[in-house]
Amino acid sequence: MAALEEGFTLSAVPLGAGPHGLLGVEQSDKADQFLVTDGGRTVILYKVSDQKPLGSWSVKQGQIITCPAVCNFQTGEYIVVHDNKVLRIWSNEDVNLDKVFKATLSAEIYRIHSIQGAEPLVLFKEGAVRGLEALLAEPQQKIETVISDEEVIKWTKIFMVFKHTVLIFITEKHGNYFAYIQKFNSHTLSKYTLLLGQEEKSVIQSFSASVDRNFISLMSLSSDGCVYETLVPIHPRDPEKDQRVVRSLLLKTVVSGDARNGVALTVLDQDHVAVLGPLLPSSKECVSIWNTKFQTLQASKELPQGTSGQLWYYGENLFVLHGKFLTVIPYKCEVSSLAGALGKLKHSQDPGTQTVPHFVNWETSRGHRFGSQNSEQSKRILRRRKPEVSVQNPASKQLLSAIKKDSEKHIEEELCKFLAIKPTPDFNTIIGDIVSELLGRHKAEPSFYPRNSLMQLIQTHVLSHSLCPGLMEAALEKADVQMLQLCLQQFPDIPESVTCACLKIFLSDSVQEEKMEEQTEVLHNGFNAEEENCGNCDRELNKKPQDAAEETTSCPVIPKRAALLNAILHSAYSEMFLLPHLKDIPAQHVTLFLQYLYFLYLKCSENATMTLPGLHPPTLNQIMDWICLLLDANFTVVVMIPEAKRLLLSLYKFVKSQVCICSELNKIEVSFRELQKLNQEKNNRELYSIEVLELF
Amino acid sequence: MGEFKVHRVRFFNYIPSGIRCVAYNNQSNRLAVSRTDGTVEIYNLSANYFQEKFFPGHESRATEALCWAKGQRLFSAGLNGEIIEYDLQALNIKYAVDAFGGPIWSMAVSPHGSQLLVGCEDGSVKLFQITPDKIQFERNFDRQKSRILSLSWHPSGTHVAAGSIDYISVFDVKSGSAVHKMLVDRQYMGVSKRKCIIWGVAFLSDGTVISVDSAGKVQFWDSATGTLVKNHLIANADVQSIAVSDQEDSFVVGTAEGTVFHFQLVSVTSNSSEKQWVRTKPFQHHTHDVRAVAHSPTALISGGTDTHLVIRPLMEKVEVKNYDAALRKITFPHRRLISCSKKRQLLLFQFTHHLELWRLGSTVATGKNGDTLPLSRDADHLLHLKTKGPENIICSCISPCGSWIAYSTTSRFFLYRLNYEHDNISLQRVSKMPAFLRSALQILFSEDSAKLFVASNQGSLHVIRLLEGSFKHLHTFQPQSGTVESMCLLAVSPDGNWLASSGTSAGVHVYNIKHLKLHCTVPSYNFPVTALAIAPNTNNLVIAHSDQQVFEYSIPDKQYTEWSRTIQKQGCYQEAYRPCL
Repeated sequence: MAALEEGFTLSAVPLGAGPHGLLGVEQSDKADQFLVTDGGRTVILYKVSDQKPLGSWSVKQGQIITCPAVCNFQTGEYIVVHDNKVLRIWSNEDVNLDKVFKATLSAEIYRIHSIQGAEPLVLFKEGAVRGLEALLAEPQQKIETVISDEEVIKWTKIFMVFKHTVLIFITEKHGNYFAYIQKFNSHTLSKYTLLLGQEEKSVIQSFSASVDRNFISLMSLSSDGCVYETLVPIHPRDPEKDQRVVRSLLLKTVVSGDARNGVALTVLDQDHVAVLGPLLPSSKECVSIWNTKFQTLQASKELPQGTSGQLWYYGENLFVLHGKFLTVIPYKCEVSSLAGALGKLKHSQDPGTQTVPHFVNWETSRGHRFGSQNSEQSKRILRRRKPEVSVQNPASKQLLSAIKKDSEKHIEEELCKFLAIKPTPDFNTIIGDIVSELLGRHKAEPSFYPRNSLMQLIQTHVLSHSLCPGLMEAALEKADVQMLQLCLQQFPDIPESVTCACLKIFLSDSVQEEKMEEQTEVLHNGFNAEEENCGNCDRELNKKPQDAAEETTSCPVIPKRAALLNAILHSAYSEMFLLPHLKDIPAQHVTLFLQYLYFLYLKCSENATMTLPGLHPPTLNQIMDWICLLLDANFTVVVMIPEAKRLLLSLYKFVKSQVCICSELNKIEVSFRELQKLNQEKNNRELYSIEVLELF
Repeated sequence: MGEFKVHRVRFFNYIPSGIRCVAYNNQSNRLAVSRTDGTVEIYNLSANYFQEKFFPGHESRATEALCWAKGQRLFSAGLNGEIIEYDLQALNIKYAVDAFGGPIWSMAVSPHGSQLLVGCEDGSVKLFQITPDKIQFERNFDRQKSRILSLSWHPSGTHVAAGSIDYISVFDVKSGSAVHKMLVDRQYMGVSKRKCIIWGVAFLSDGTVISVDSAGKVQFWDSATGTLVKNHLIANADVQSIAVSDQEDSFVVGTAEGTVFHFQLVSVTSNSSEKQWVRTKPFQHHTHDVRAVAHSPTALISGGTDTHLVIRPLMEKVEVKNYDAALRKITFPHRRLISCSKKRQLLLFQFTHHLELWRLGSTVATGKNGDTLPLSRDADHLLHLKTKGPENIICSCISPCGSWIAYSTTSRFFLYRLNYEHDNISLQRVSKMPAFLRSALQILFSEDSAKLFVASNQGSLHVIRLLEGSFKHLHTFQPQSGTVESMCLLAVSPDGNWLASSGTSAGVHVYNIKHLKLHCTVPSYNFPVTALAIAPNTNNLVIAHSDQQVFEYSIPDKQYTEWSRTIQKQGCYQEAYRPCL
């Protein structure tokens, strides 16, 4: 899993950010210090951990900075360009930019690139590239034109590949995109035409790239909201020829398709990308981390004050412009693994009782990541769908249009009709779209909450949190515990923050109140049986009420709450990301939950197999893990509460006795093993046999 | 070839004794190993690690130190306070000299091989001069206050390091006085132990003294200043042994945890001349204490309480990747401990201090290849014969008819007559065995059990006729003139006409028993003979050597057989791994 931590603003003073936001955020030669260039006249050096500026430099009135300031890692000096052609080089001690070294060049500069271990490179708007030293030796030298007329550089990046710098820049001309790769060890420039494939009409809104041995993996975020990947070879077979590279879909609809601006993409590591933009059409802009390998949404964070569509990342920090403030959001990404993508693995389930939704076809995961770039990329089902398929499906189309305006009742009917049809291969994405559509309308008119339809959709077993990020949010808002329980049971990829939010609601008093009314009725899985319009989800029963009554120690929570909490116990999580959220739970609730866990633990210990009765109960490991987690997160609080203290004491005593038993058992086991050995030896006492051997 | 009923006997419960000392001789590439029961074994590392000689043990002779001196002379010293020299030809003890210092804990031969130093219980270090036929006490060094557990000469022969309890002394050999006394830290993992025993010291030519002690430390001392230079804590238990290579670029230590550590002198950086000792490789081939280690030019040798002798070749030193490059673990003695009575289906097992007689089981069932047949009668333990006295049994034999058992110790020869009456066995000792039979190395009965052949350690071969309950000395084959090499292996032809005998290096002699004279001598071969047998009918002598070669020699024709010649040309026995025994 991944997590976005609480961000902090870097500057209290609003930057003079123009409509285009900042020019750039660049690393300086000291760790933790960054050069921020605003769109006007100022360059500020920030120390991120201290959240304060260390220095600020401005150009004269009338001049304008045209290219973000960078640090020359070889000399420790800073370089900025103003008025397209004028280079300024200064160091920390300089105060006035007017008085520092100045060089006027003969052509307009697009960007200056600086990278650790190499001299800075200057990329001109005409596509030529020069080393800084060579340029300073003869500032007025003639700069050749590399790209054609009307071709405009859109984006550029520099890499170190085997100690050599490689520069890539993308140009656009009449809706066509070209990639240029400039290698400095061989001074070769290769040109590639980016073929956009089926999505011809889309406009690329943001680029990001990472490098691997032989390929630059160029990711692009298109106006249709999808992330595409293009593999551009660093060492072309025939550099002279104009070559073509195709792009393939990597993630489908990571931002809402109609977001025209304010979207950005950056590659964090091999398997994670950060995306800036609204997740749903009507939702606020947010920054989210996606796992490209498993196609799961790992974390997201809303930016209610809007953003400029610019995203930088250095080390473990994301830099975004939030409103008028430059905000630093530290993030954490675990190494991508199946377990990591899905959190702590769910315990093995009894065959036939429940299957994890097959929302991702893992088999066709990318085995040949950097194979031939022309070969068709493997198809993944999640979030990828050919547009015509959905067009061909009239039922879904009809349903989608119904959602836009009809009443809940009508939608339900349409949905039943739709679900009756045999599922198509892209069934899950269609379901995802339907849910998004429903949620979109819910957002627009809060009174519209198609609970039954949503429940029905969840029970199709194809939904996941990544597919409909807003669903649980909406359920949380409505405190719809039944829906949340269902989601917890069905979704394999719920972020820890959401799990914890569910836990908070489950432990809150709202659940308790409902109990008063329902207690008299026959409870099934903590819910009224009649309330369940689908028989699918009633398998999870923690403990029958009559069982609980027979126990000497009674269950501290009502069966309904117990069922909900069991859903939490079953959910997947990574400790690292769960712990910070657990700290936010109020102390009384922690106590209650602990009481319940302690009760379960006692129950478990009653039989030899250490299991709980009932279908699909929480396992001892889950219970113990949660006790540990809760205590880890809230120990200092819990020890202060008298009743919790008592609980802790009895828990401690019980665990101690269990440990005692285990150690004694261990001793016995050793003795038994010795006995067994003796026994074997006794058998081997008959160390004599007569065998027939044939020699040839 | 045919189908055989194979009796799989796993009840020979022989447990070898633990290894106490090892001593490597560079000139002859031989390794002397002493065990806790006092046995000393000589391994020929050039001959495929064959155990070519052994000296039977003695209960009172616990060997604590073993070393080679100039001219392939082997000395041992032990807790009975005696220094013993072994006769490697006659395979007996040449002489024993009491050092008069109480139990001897350590011994070291001077670099020139002419002086012998022993460290005693009373804290004395005694210097002996090695004379051509004996050793001569010369003088005592300054007496120390506790026992001397380890000794090491400086390669120049001028100084000696002696490890005691809690300290190491450096002696000047000329004056015999202690020049330095280096106190060893008693601390062990932060806890003060009662005493720190210096189990081993090694004196390097640059003046460095390496010590290993009971606190698990390997320490480097500067003998000129008497200061500690470097300290390696390598074990939680005692480090019990140390051996340095001749080049002084690597050494090996053994710990009580069964681990052997290899230290090497390596450059600090890739092309600097400054070198330092680095612990490079740990080896865990032992389960118990590694009491002794040795360092040959190409291998690390270790042995200990778990009775295994482990020879671990250093891969970087081995040029040819053949058997020599493989790890060797030698556990059992390379000699015959079992003899068999074919007629009565009896097995005689030889242990250190007793013999066991077992009768094999039988079956009436038949089966095909690989079947285990049901037993109609299980194997029986018939007899447990204990030796008198402290000496170990050297060799034993049961006659083919099962009526005679003979065994020998260093000082006596025993012959027993067995009588079988239904299930009862009675044992009757034949008295007044002649004294010249003692210390026999090999005993063999003829096929008809009428003759007894005894190979003595003087190189002679005695033929004795057995009568009902008595015996008669028939003849003695004297060794060839000039050789006193003892005979280790005997084989008699089933028709009773021929007797083949072999020592460790000279050729195989074939005697005609009818005429009691030497028939012929099979030419000697580079590798020692490991097994001998004469085939029935053809009277072809089959000889196996430790380099895994098998020869067939026709006794009547006095020449190698055609088959043997073909085999030698083709060399088809290369796949066999273990030496033939």
